[in-house]
Amino acid sequence: MNSLPLITSWLSLGSLEPHPNVTPSVIFGLSWLYFILFLMNVAWTWRSFKKGHHIDMPAFAGGGHIPTAAVWAVYSTVLMLVSVIHFSCSSSPESFWLIMPDFAKTAVDAVVADARYFFAATSIGFVLMLLFREWLARPNVGWALLNLSLLFLTISMTDWDFRQIVGKPDNVPIVAMLFIVGFFTWVFFYRANENDRRAAQGLPPVESVNNEKVLTWPDLVYTEMICMIAATALLVLWGIALQAPLEEPASAVKTPNPSKAPWYFLGLQEMLVYYDPWLAGVVFPSVILGGMMAIPYIDFNKLGNGYYTFNERKFAITTFMFGFLPLWVGMIILGTFLRGPNWNVFGIYEFWDVHKLEALNNVNLSEYFWYGLGKPLPMAPAGSDFWKQAPYILLREAPGFLAIGFYLAALPGLMAGTIFKKFFIRMGFVRYMVFSNLVLMMAALPLKMVLRWAVNLKYFIAIPEWFFNV
Amino acid sequence: MSVGDYIRDSQIWKSVFRHPAPYDRRNRVVVMLTNFFLHLHPVSIKQQGIALSYTWCMGGITFFLFLVETITGVLLMFYYRPTLEWAFNDILALRDVTTLGIMREIHRWGAHAMVITVWLHMYRVFLTGSYKPPREFNWVVGVILLKLTLLLSFTGYLLPWDQLAIWAITVGSNMARATPVLGHEGPGFQFLNLGGYDLITNASDARFLLLGSRFVGEETLNRFYILHCVAIPLAVSGLIAIHFWRVRKDGGISQPL
Repeated sequence: MNSLPLITSWLSLGSLEPHPNVTPSVIFGLSWLYFILFLMNVAWTWRSFKKGHHIDMPAFAGGGHIPTAAVWAVYSTVLMLVSVIHFSCSSSPESFWLIMPDFAKTAVDAVVADARYFFAATSIGFVLMLLFREWLARPNVGWALLNLSLLFLTISMTDWDFRQIVGKPDNVPIVAMLFIVGFFTWVFFYRANENDRRAAQGLPPVESVNNEKVLTWPDLVYTEMICMIAATALLVLWGIALQAPLEEPASAVKTPNPSKAPWYFLGLQEMLVYYDPWLAGVVFPSVILGGMMAIPYIDFNKLGNGYYTFNERKFAITTFMFGFLPLWVGMIILGTFLRGPNWNVFGIYEFWDVHKLEALNNVNLSEYFWYGLGKPLPMAPAGSDFWKQAPYILLREAPGFLAIGFYLAALPGLMAGTIFKKFFIRMGFVRYMVFSNLVLMMAALPLKMVLRWAVNLKYFIAIPEWFFNV
Repeated sequence: MSVGDYIRDSQIWKSVFRHPAPYDRRNRVVVMLTNFFLHLHPVSIKQQGIALSYTWCMGGITFFLFLVETITGVLLMFYYRPTLEWAFNDILALRDVTTLGIMREIHRWGAHAMVITVWLHMYRVFLTGSYKPPREFNWVVGVILLKLTLLLSFTGYLLPWDQLAIWAITVGSNMARATPVLGHEGPGFQFLNLGGYDLITNASDARFLLLGSRFVGEETLNRFYILHCVAIPLAVSGLIAIHFWRVRKDGGISQPL
């Protein structure tokens, strides 16, 4: 038997494959991850056992009840076996079989490696989350979803390209953020559903019940101290486990491909694909900040002040969550994990090939308009100065100006008479115009995305002469 | 008399803590009133308002992370020199040889964590409708603090002076070129000219103001260092004080009316 591959792999010299999907150290690391999952589920099994819930079996399976704890116990056992298999199988990584199968990689990449499908998936997921909030907020469902996502993350670690992008030290907090944001969104729905059920029965929200005053010392001070100790411990462990990134010394001539902004600005960088820097980098961030500050002054709904509820604030919460989850966090995910060289979109299991080509053939609205009429674009005679050029340029871009004018000036009026009638009456003119323009500007990003994908629209107004492209 | 009693009975101890330990109701009230750090809090507080599943403790953790960043940041400042000659080497040494170089790890991960916790604090405050009257103004202060948190992280990103730093800042600050009227590639910069000479050029526009230079260079490093270590922390400290003050003055942690 040729023992060379075995020895090289044990010495972490790697196999002959330059980008090995599975190595002994990967298998060994995964065994720990499965073991942690196993421990988590043992705890959950114990909780289910204490609660004593049962699952009703369907009639064709003979009816009857199965304790929920039994289901979790079986699952935990499987996890333990999987962990043991990893502990004991790390000697021959080439033949290891518990890996992400290729067909699954292809299927996942087909969805995420295309900004259209990615955005559609996050938006549809968002709508489904709102529709099925009752079901999703059940503890067992939430726990099952957490397990599914952790299993997906764990088994994906058997892919070299996935490890490269998720394992980058600066990307670790983003992975953590996904789970944390998901968890707190779940907490919100759990508490909001309970209050909404109580409101339907004419009861006050949970926050009003048993709400006597207690002494700050010890009730609050101790909680704070425990939080501080936990945060410190977490930071120190994190600092020991992961070294802060330090790349080569700065060089103004060696441009990395891709060049990315810090991760929390990647949503803004993603907007650059659809809007020019003056909008995506300056105007929209200012509008986001100004709009956030304006929220308390345009939300006239007096309900839901100081307690969790969804039904009493459907519009406000849906709008804010859409902005925070699919648009802000979703775009950060897209920018961090999926944008690769030349700002092309790559699958999470795909190699970042610098030579990947994506055809870009985008057309301006003015070109659609004038060529559609069978006329050339209005052009000033050669050599004319600014004042001679201006009328031609404005005429050329007139369709765009009309479209934007309609969108930001006429559309609010139309909406005031129809879908936002109640809002208009309650808010008054100025407040309503601020509100409707903020909503429309927020919708401008997904709108442009869809137009880009559907009809290759480049700019509504294209005046590169004046750096004025919308 | 035990040693503990002897210490607690001494003039020094009594000059610092002017009342017995908070073991009984009276002293638990007094400790909140006499301790500088604790007097941020009211003496008593609504039970549901401090429930962890209600507040998520995210505002508190954000503030704690700000303190962690301040302490680790001051320690790092003793070591780090913001010049082209030394910046990268000092970070390299912090990573490889310096005692307590882990301060850099804690500082960086704490910064990432602070960005996340401040978002989650905003998320919680929105979802509980806590920005509604009478807390409108404090929400506005909070939005500014969120923006300053991102700027703190952004300015700190440059300081290691490696490829990650310089290009992230280059990409981020390139936007300022396109500022309307004030950026040399922004719409309307032509309006600011005197007798045919543009006032807004790549050496006088908004990006130049941010970088102190036409590209990310030594002046930028100095500028970001001052912003990161002095200017923004001062602004944040002042706004935090106002933010906390207004939490108290606007009725404490939000609760059903």
